Amino acid sequence: MTAATGYSPRRTLPLRVEIVRQFKRRRTLGMFGLLLALPWILVIAFQLGPDGFGDQSSLRISDLATASGLNFAAFALSVSASFLLVVAVALFCGDTVASEANWSSLRYLLAAPVPRDRLLRQKLIVALGYSAAAVISLPLMALLAGTLAFGWADIQVPGTGETIPALDVLPRFGIVIGYAMVSQLVVAALAFLISTMTDSPLGAVGGAVGLWIVCTILQAVEALGALREFLPTFWNNAWIDALAPELDWSGMARGASVSVTYAAILIAIAFRRFRGKDVVS
Amino acid sequence: MKRTAALVAVLALVGVTTWLVWPSAPGVRGQDQMITVVDGPADDQRVQIDTTFYPPPDAGKAPAVLLAHGFGGSKRSMREQAERLAGSGYAVLAWSARGFGRSTGEIALNSADYEVKDVKQLIDWLAKRPEVALDASGDPRVGIAGGSYGGAIALMTAAHDARVDAIVPQITWSDLADALFPDATGKGPENGVFKRMWAGIFFGRGGAGVPQGLEALTERPEPLTAEQARCGRFLPAICEIYQEVAKTGKATPEAVELLRKSSPISVAGQIKAPTLLVQGQRDSLFPLDHADANAKAIAAAGTPVSLAWFDGGHDGGDGEADWLYERTSAWFDHYLKNEGTTSPQAAEAGAASPAGTPVSAFTLTRDGGRDPGTRQRIRLHPEAAAYPGLGGTDVTDVALSGPEQHVVNPPGGSPASISTVPGVGSLLGGGQGGLSVSLDMPGQSAAFESAPLTQPLQLTGAPTAKIRVSGTGEVTLFAKLFDVPDSVQPPTLPAGLVAPLRVTIPEGAGSAEVTVRLPAVDHRFEIGHRLRLVVATTDMGYATPAEPAAYRVGLASPAVSIPTVATLAAPPAGIPWWVWAMPLAAILVAAAVLATGRTGRRPAPATAAGTSAVTPADVVGIVPAATPDAAPDSVPETVPSSVPESVPLDIRGLTKAYRNGELAVDGLSFRVEQGQVLGLLGPNGAGKTTTMRMMMGLIHPDGGEVRIFGEPVTPGAPVLSRLGSFVEGPGFLPHLSGRDNLHLYWAATGRPAADARFDEALEIAGLGTALERAVRTYSQGMRQRLAIAQAMLGLPDLLVLDEPTNGLDPPQIREMREVLKRYARDGRTVIVSSHLLAEVEQTCTHVVVMRRGRLVSAGPVSALLSSAVTTNGHGPRLEDVFLDLIGEKA
Repeated sequence: MTAATGYSPRRTLPLRVEIVRQFKRRRTLGMFGLLLALPWILVIAFQLGPDGFGDQSSLRISDLATASGLNFAAFALSVSASFLLVVAVALFCGDTVASEANWSSLRYLLAAPVPRDRLLRQKLIVALGYSAAAVISLPLMALLAGTLAFGWADIQVPGTGETIPALDVLPRFGIVIGYAMVSQLVVAALAFLISTMTDSPLGAVGGAVGLWIVCTILQAVEALGALREFLPTFWNNAWIDALAPELDWSGMARGASVSVTYAAILIAIAFRRFRGKDVVS
Repeated sequence: MKRTAALVAVLALVGVTTWLVWPSAPGVRGQDQMITVVDGPADDQRVQIDTTFYPPPDAGKAPAVLLAHGFGGSKRSMREQAERLAGSGYAVLAWSARGFGRSTGEIALNSADYEVKDVKQLIDWLAKRPEVALDASGDPRVGIAGGSYGGAIALMTAAHDARVDAIVPQITWSDLADALFPDATGKGPENGVFKRMWAGIFFGRGGAGVPQGLEALTERPEPLTAEQARCGRFLPAICEIYQEVAKTGKATPEAVELLRKSSPISVAGQIKAPTLLVQGQRDSLFPLDHADANAKAIAAAGTPVSLAWFDGGHDGGDGEADWLYERTSAWFDHYLKNEGTTSPQAAEAGAASPAGTPVSAFTLTRDGGRDPGTRQRIRLHPEAAAYPGLGGTDVTDVALSGPEQHVVNPPGGSPASISTVPGVGSLLGGGQGGLSVSLDMPGQSAAFESAPLTQPLQLTGAPTAKIRVSGTGEVTLFAKLFDVPDSVQPPTLPAGLVAPLRVTIPEGAGSAEVTVRLPAVDHRFEIGHRLRLVVATTDMGYATPAEPAAYRVGLASPAVSIPTVATLAAPPAGIPWWVWAMPLAAILVAAAVLATGRTGRRPAPATAAGTSAVTPADVVGIVPAATPDAAPDSVPETVPSSVPESVPLDIRGLTKAYRNGELAVDGLSFRVEQGQVLGLLGPNGAGKTTTMRMMMGLIHPDGGEVRIFGEPVTPGAPVLSRLGSFVEGPGFLPHLSGRDNLHLYWAATGRPAADARFDEALEIAGLGTALERAVRTYSQGMRQRLAIAQAMLGLPDLLVLDEPTNGLDPPQIREMREVLKRYARDGRTVIVSSHLLAEVEQTCTHVVVMRRGRLVSAGPVSALLSSAVTTNGHGPRLEDVFLDLIGEKA
């Protein structure tokens, strides 16, 4: 008898358990609360704003926000994708292992024993799941809030002002959300890697966000030329192409490629490091 | 965090290094020089030409390039371009043409008698420079480049001076008369409509020039003399003719003759220098058909010609300075330096370039949408191996419909329709497809529209349409082709260009049919868009009759012919290879990282020091103390490498070093048998906790091994499921209740809930109703008890407790003692580390004493006590024995 009766490594730390473990945290609930409240705050902001703001004479995405629920959702995504969602994703993925180490519960899970690869895998899946939920919930809530506040109408494309029928654009919206998730994969992987290296959850979140900021700054250095294309942040806004009258995949393909590349390597490093790590927390 | 910092540092280092090693052009210093030339029809006028010579950076002879400025500019406006060209190995001479800048003389509009003679003498001057390579004595290797006014002098000089070896004229005219008096019916400038506003800017400023960008607004004009105010620095003859035509709005034969003298078209057949014509797609002054005319005339003489339509021109656009520079230097590198196709563009063009020209015969700039990363507009440069002309390679007829419509010419020609406002486009920097200021006045225009397009249509060239104009006399009209999107957006007029035409309706005929050649543009009509042909009576940029009149305009042919160029192939703009290759490579790398990591750190086989002493027959079950120094070097082969399954814990030669190399555990070996309650004793830093962590598989031993029930302990080894542990304090999720914590912990082990024995564990914890509160509200003792309860979940066969009585009150300590004893009595094994020696003495059956990572003593408590010398008159206490063992006894 090498193991206790009923023990099987493949049954350890089921996803359901990990989801429950994470869900009741104030951090999780707070972040979701913020993401779901933000669209309503924006709606109120637009309603309170001085008249004539939404006269649509200009074709900037922010000026078009009140044109329809779809426009509003696109606006909400555009203002949050560059930072708020990054923080949300970094929080869910950076916090997951580091907080266990911080609470000392990590060693009891490992001694339970949950095999280390499995522990990481389950935690990564759940963290990515929460991240995905965060990325999805914001535009969906924005769509709901925008539709209630500004009505359901065809989307007016920023920049050119062309309109696309609302029903045509709904699948495009799926693409936008999907791409937003894929492009956040780098943040997720980076935060996860740092999470396996430190005992400080905020350190992991901060480290990932910090590196993100550095990349955004480097992106502004035009002297780097084509090298910038390989910065993980460079293709962040490529989802706007999905809302153009002609769906253009090339930018999103590149963005997804860069994102997946970084994510695969960072996650592999995370697993490898964690496997051989001495858990002393 | 150190690693993060290191990563950031590395990134910063890469950035700085890239910046440092980025190639930068060597400095070039210009030498100012006044060169005296003699010109005029009789070669009797001395003119001082203000020049700047930029020698090539390297010693030795280099080909020369003359850089000519545009109208209103001077040699100063060429400085940046000159320095750049000189940096790439040319001797560059920039000059202010006569009548401009600090050069003397008057503007003669690139006349063969004046400006051309000046430039010939500049070439003479170049031939004497030691830096300039010569083809023959007095014949330097020289090219000429320039835009607008400077482009025309390049063409004119090349026609009159065979020494010129290559030219790159930009946004310039072929026929100045045609540029100022265009007629879309093809009847020539005598029948043309006066391009009033542009001509006014061109001549009226009299040398102050076309306003360029903000300069026009910010620079205070110099006060002018009466003569300057009238004619500026123009040659009086030119000035007078301009004043004449501007008044009437009609080209006199004298005016046409004079303007033709200044036009390359009259001499283009003599040009032998390979010519790269660059014309702007946003240019209502010298539209694309001027480059077309030049190209045809030059090519007819057998001279190599390439054409480029770029995003720029007199009406603004991007300008594409870098792209133009690359094209220009590729042209000169080929024809002046005899270098192969060195520029990246040319290499790209490779297959498409005919007869060895370094750039394709025809290249144009198209809008490539927005760059997904930067959101900046990107431009594509499709190319064709042969110049198809303005008629395209294919023609698509798009049906138009619309009844004959009444149009009026308003009295005084006002208000006028607006298509392009000269000078405004460049001021606003309107990009391709950007600003559209077209505006039609009601009642002044007839419109004919197509059905929505069923497929996109790429117009490249000059469309033609046939219209019928009814009325009397001479009718001035403006034809334009709009792109009408099928929605709320306003129609756009591609490039803001109109085709002016003058139709003379024969006496008594009542109507006339004319074929109108619409402006040459490159424009994509999307699916669902309509084409709208508008024929208007007014246009702000042109002179129109003041007499009010009414006409009817209808379609003579119900279609507009749209030329397309099928041979234009964009350089591959698809998805680059790395989009697929990079993630695949990354996944391979990731797989490699994981695969190599799997075998990375396995515990070494149990052959370390001390194992020789282990014998299954060991009476007490605990290995006597054996220091590594005393251990034999060679381990007998007969020692079984496996341990019976019944032995709960077997540690052999266990060694673990801190990062600094100091040993935390040093060759530790002992064995615990079933049913024992073992006390693990030692002062702080003895390595007790490290040992326990290695038992749990949290730390990888550097040497030796730990076996639980005969199985070697590795991270996540299944046998750990038989181990319950409480090491270095509790670990709970603070936001969950005590009960949830235990339940979720058990759920995390994946074992059946029935095996957990929650009730027994909770009884031990003794938390009562506090069990439902969040753990963060617990006292230390409560957490401690909950953690011990968690360790006992499922009643593991081996229980490892680190300082279990910390934070407990005396009754709880007593209770804990009983619990542990009872636990072991059922055939299970308990290992307890503690500082409370009295506690250990009462609880444990056996002890292991450690000091500085080594085993000092091991055995049953009774044996240990009996071995001790009785002191102080009472029986031996474990405390005394312990202090004795660790050498701390006074």
